[in-house]
Amino acid sequence: MKEIVVIIGGGIAGLEAASQLLKLGYSPIIVEKSDRLGGHVARWNRLFPDMTPAQDLVSELIASSKDANIFLNTEISFINRLKDSYNIMLSNGISIISKYILYTTGFRLFEAQKKEEYGYGIYNQVITNADLEHWFNTNKDDRISGKDIKSIGFVHCVGSRDEKARNSQCSKVCCITAIKQAIELKEKYPEAEIYCFYMDLRLFGKKFEDFYTKAQRDHGIHFIRGRVSEVSENINGQVIVKAEDTLAGKPLKVTLDLLVLMSGMVCNPDSTKSASMLSLPIDSDGFLKSSDNVFHITSSPRKGIYYAGACTGPKTVPETLAEARSAVLEIHSTITGEAR
Amino acid sequence: MNIFGFRISPSSAINLDNVDKERFRELCRIEPDAVRCMACGSCSATCPAAGFSGMSVRKVLLYLQRGKEEEAFKLMSNCMLCGKCTMVCPRGINTRHLILSICRIYDKEEKK
Ligand SMILES: Cc1cc2nc3c(=O)[nH]c(=O)nc-3n(C[C@H](O)[C@H](O)[C@H](O)COP(=O)(O)OP(=O)(O)OC[C@H]3O[C@@H](n4cnc5c(N)ncnc54)[C@H](O)[C@@H]3O)c2cc1C
Ligand code: SF4
Ligand code: SF4
Ligand code: SF4
Repeated sequence: MKEIVVIIGGGIAGLEAASQLLKLGYSPIIVEKSDRLGGHVARWNRLFPDMTPAQDLVSELIASSKDANIFLNTEISFINRLKDSYNIMLSNGISIISKYILYTTGFRLFEAQKKEEYGYGIYNQVITNADLEHWFNTNKDDRISGKDIKSIGFVHCVGSRDEKARNSQCSKVCCITAIKQAIELKEKYPEAEIYCFYMDLRLFGKKFEDFYTKAQRDHGIHFIRGRVSEVSENINGQVIVKAEDTLAGKPLKVTLDLLVLMSGMVCNPDSTKSASMLSLPIDSDGFLKSSDNVFHITSSPRKGIYYAGACTGPKTVPETLAEARSAVLEIHSTITGEAR
Repeated sequence: MNIFGFRISPSSAINLDNVDKERFRELCRIEPDAVRCMACGSCSATCPAAGFSGMSVRKVLLYLQRGKEEEAFKLMSNCMLCGKCTMVCPRGINTRHLILSICRIYDKEEKK
């Protein structure tokens, strides 16, 4: 009988893992709580660093994992441990017995309205990084479409690196996302002045620094080192942003037509909930805790339970895909090791 | 007599070899958060005294660690202890309390 592997979460990590498991002859089952596959990436438009259409990647992953058993709109009702396997009860009434469970439950986007001082949900000119990706995809958003936009701001670290927001971690992808989106908006509004308000620019990845240089040199995007402290509205329906320009050492304000908040990646309460059914440990950043963060990032401390992707912390797409493959290899060597 | 027509002004450069680190260490013993500032500028951006006086908790902390105590005191004399900076600090530093502790420690040293 083909070995069953239960994958919790049908984002890119779950899909890539399923496709690799199929190639190795196993029988993956994807449990996805929403009504569609692809997770967050299915909501994005073009991906850094090569501006790959997100839809192409998601479609390819869905095609290569189509022979997996896929349950949409389904959650885990409970999991309990049997002698050497797990009994997984799904919300659709189906129960599965499997020795191997792969968590690919991903992250949750920080809810920007929690940072009330930035005015998301209060002022019509304030949107998030995710809203902007949605607008790139659909062209539908009254806060942007059909407006005369002459000045745009990006606020880095919204709900990240912020103890008041109960998340002191850096979300890692939002500096480069801000620069990517700033360039994309500049292409749509060549006349607009664009300002990025950052505390530190964390451009760690392949070709990220090139994006930064390109934003400065080719697009004239302004970088201001200071964290936005508050946003207010004026009578012309614009927002006024206040910060300290820490390099000039002076308080600064600027009037903007559009403000984009770079909401961070925080732990997904759904993954913590299903992890608690097996009393899996949670790391100090709130994400699932790997058995160690250097050598065994895809293993949990429990036998047969593995992790891949953003459920253990902020990751880029290539990092997520690499982890999915590495988790599958680990599961494969465990299975073949046991059969021997 | 100044025959050159110009004077050499005192250097404004920072010389880390001459910084009095002991007093800052003493401050850190009662305010361990004094070293946790990430220089984001939120405190200065909300400070009602910043606009006209240049007050900035960020700068005060930096000056104390760079041996520019006089400049730090000059800024601090403008603080109204309103506590707005404490509300916005993303590192959760109790900046208002910190300012009071700086006054206590550095003032105590002055009286010796
Ligand atoms: C604004 C933004 C833009 C980005 N742009 C880029 C980019 O251009 N390039 C790049 O490399 N990276 C980018 N990233 C990072 C990228 O989004 C992540 O690397 C990727 O989404 C991680 O995939 P994942 O499968 O681990 O998690 P997710 O995408 O979060 O998918 C998790 C899936 O699991 C499901 N799920 C969760 N819990 C349960 C449960 N208990 N039961 C069942 N199902 C569950 C969810 O519904 C979801 O479908 C961006 C991130 C942000 C925030
Ligand atoms: S990646 Fe940049 S914007 Fe995102 S949390 Fe880190 S420093 Fe802030
Ligand atoms: S407590 Fe002092 S430094 Fe802080 S905001 Fe008020 S006046 Fe400014
Ligand atoms: S708000 Fe806090 S972390 Fe930011 S500069 Fe001021 S003291 Fe430092």
